[in-house]
Amino acid sequence: MAEAARAGAARGAAGHLVKAKKTQTARLRERRLRVQGDKVRVWEKGRGRPLGVLSGLFGFPSWTPFLEALSAKRRVIVPSLPGHPGGGDFRKLDELADWVIATQELLEAADLAGADLVGLGPGGALAAEVAAFAPASVKRLVLVAPFGLFDEREPVLDFWARRASELPATFSAKPEEFAKQLVPPPGADEIEFQVGQVRSLEAAARLLWPFGDRGLAKRLHRIRAATLLVWGSADRIVPASYAKRFASGIAGRTRIRSIANAGHRADFDAPEALARAVLDFMK
Amino acid sequence: MKFLWFHLMPYTDLPDDFKQAHPSVWVDIDSRLFDPAKGHVMYNDFLDELEHAAELGFDGICCNEHHQNAYGMMPSPNLIAAALARRTRETALCVMGNSLALYNPPTRVAEEFAMLDVISGGRLIAGFPVGTPMDTCYAYAQNPSQLRERYHEAHDLILKAWTTDELFAWNGRYNQLRYVNPWPRPIQKPHPPIWIPGGGSVETWRWCAELDYVYAYLSYFGYKLGEATMHGFWEEMDRLGKDRNPFRAGFLQFVGVAESREEALDLYSEPALYFYDRCLHVDARYAAPPGYMSEATIRARVKSQVVQAATRTASDSHAYGRPAFEEIVSKGYVIIGSPDEVAEQLREVAVNLNVGQLMLLLQFGNMKKDLVFHNTELFAKRVAPQLAGLFEDEWENRWWPKPLAPAQRAVPRGIS
Repeated sequence: MAEAARAGAARGAAGHLVKAKKTQTARLRERRLRVQGDKVRVWEKGRGRPLGVLSGLFGFPSWTPFLEALSAKRRVIVPSLPGHPGGGDFRKLDELADWVIATQELLEAADLAGADLVGLGPGGALAAEVAAFAPASVKRLVLVAPFGLFDEREPVLDFWARRASELPATFSAKPEEFAKQLVPPPGADEIEFQVGQVRSLEAAARLLWPFGDRGLAKRLHRIRAATLLVWGSADRIVPASYAKRFASGIAGRTRIRSIANAGHRADFDAPEALARAVLDFMK
Repeated sequence: MKFLWFHLMPYTDLPDDFKQAHPSVWVDIDSRLFDPAKGHVMYNDFLDELEHAAELGFDGICCNEHHQNAYGMMPSPNLIAAALARRTRETALCVMGNSLALYNPPTRVAEEFAMLDVISGGRLIAGFPVGTPMDTCYAYAQNPSQLRERYHEAHDLILKAWTTDELFAWNGRYNQLRYVNPWPRPIQKPHPPIWIPGGGSVETWRWCAELDYVYAYLSYFGYKLGEATMHGFWEEMDRLGKDRNPFRAGFLQFVGVAESREEALDLYSEPALYFYDRCLHVDARYAAPPGYMSEATIRARVKSQVVQAATRTASDSHAYGRPAFEEIVSKGYVIIGSPDEVAEQLREVAVNLNVGQLMLLLQFGNMKKDLVFHNTELFAKRVAPQLAGLFEDEWENRWWPKPLAPAQRAVPRGIS
């Protein structure tokens, strides 16, 4: 629970304090659930109908302003993806089917079967895959700059092949603030912080290497859920034009939203605006 | 002491402004810089150089595997070794080696290495590298998170294919083959000696010890920076209860020999600078895909002194630093001097690092054939004899090829 205590202290992703509202729903709850033999961190906060969130690149090392904003209106449930902070072992997952089953079992364990689901980046690819493999597993879907498609005329950026100095501006429209996230917070074990960061990038690589296309285009028509496709207007990794590619393939009703002044990690760059877009869609 | 003559086969005609005008020698190298007619001459010169080394009595000649790389023009080292198998007689053929995860199915390695061993009469040394990130994860798009698992499974499959007489089925994590039964099989039993080229990973050292393989540290940064790694290796052997047989270890060293140190500096400065400036111009973007290095190795790197030499000189933009020529010489990246001076330094390398399988780069950078021949001859005739027999009284080299007896050996017909 030490992690929950840290999260409870509410150090947001941007390094500024998240002002937790003093209501009975404000408390952040952390559970450790056994999924596929591993203990997995599941965060929960807020009231209302459940809303699942699957993390983006680097995962959620801490409770973030984006999650906080969502929890004002919904019961937000954040199960950690394999290999990401709080998540289970990802090195046993080889095929795409392994990842999809692991994600489904994670959602089931976290009481998110059939619930509304938000997926960011790699989490977006997994949310889309789950919705395609098992359409009944998801009610409404929000995909924030998801991976999963690739068009060589407008390629997804190889974000793994970046110099260290290039990383912040690759992920974020606020590179200086984002860079602070990539260094260990005071008191953290520097080696383990570094190992954990590399591990989350490796987990994404295990799922998405070399550029994220695991054949989702062949399955998009199976997604019947109403789907919101959201992109940061300055996403340097997955081109914003991919929203139309997703929308044209998905069978369910789709809507496309752009978030101004946000890069690939729109949840970091514009947490309030992104949360508003999600909550508007869910109304 | 074994001397192995190692060729990287660098493209010798990269433009003077290569470093300024191009981001990397590897992965995204500009293909328009490759002139096939010049390449024709280079390949044939390189093969001449390897054959010449064999004629001069080098114990082994080495080739290796790189992809989309202008300093290593051997995407298929087995093709080179096949050509050498027909044009050499006694020398060991050290293929250093096949990056196992890149061969699909990996039984291809069992087959081709067996062919090389049979054609050469049992002279093959089988190198099994993981391969660099540039080769494996970028040029060949292997998943960095699965690369080592695939490598280890491929190794197990190849070994079983070589040592099992019966046809068998392989139901692996990454390979499923219903009928494994390679034909031909190697001459050397149970299999050719296996050498593992590696960086400074503790896991690789342990694995070599467990399976009794040679560990070869192939650094471009000479013996002074290689010291920490090799000492780490031997300390690990001590911990594992293995003897300090120097033939367990291989080490790569650039060498330039001339009549005097001054002449050597004059002859070898340009090719050395060509190598460190142009050939090692590798974009850092391709050097560290997540998962390529194990978490245990990341932790060990941070905590211990065992740091791969290359990473010490790396910058944000480039995987390797650009040393000044004085540094290249003073730090021993390239050992330069008269035959006596070179012999003295190499003795220090061999004894201090406790290395019995010494791999020598006597062609490097844009060095032309005449100078390569000169360097090789001086080494063979005036350096090697000074070190002959080192370690051999005390230690047995159990990792050396055992070819067929002369009476059993075929003689290729000459060509007119």
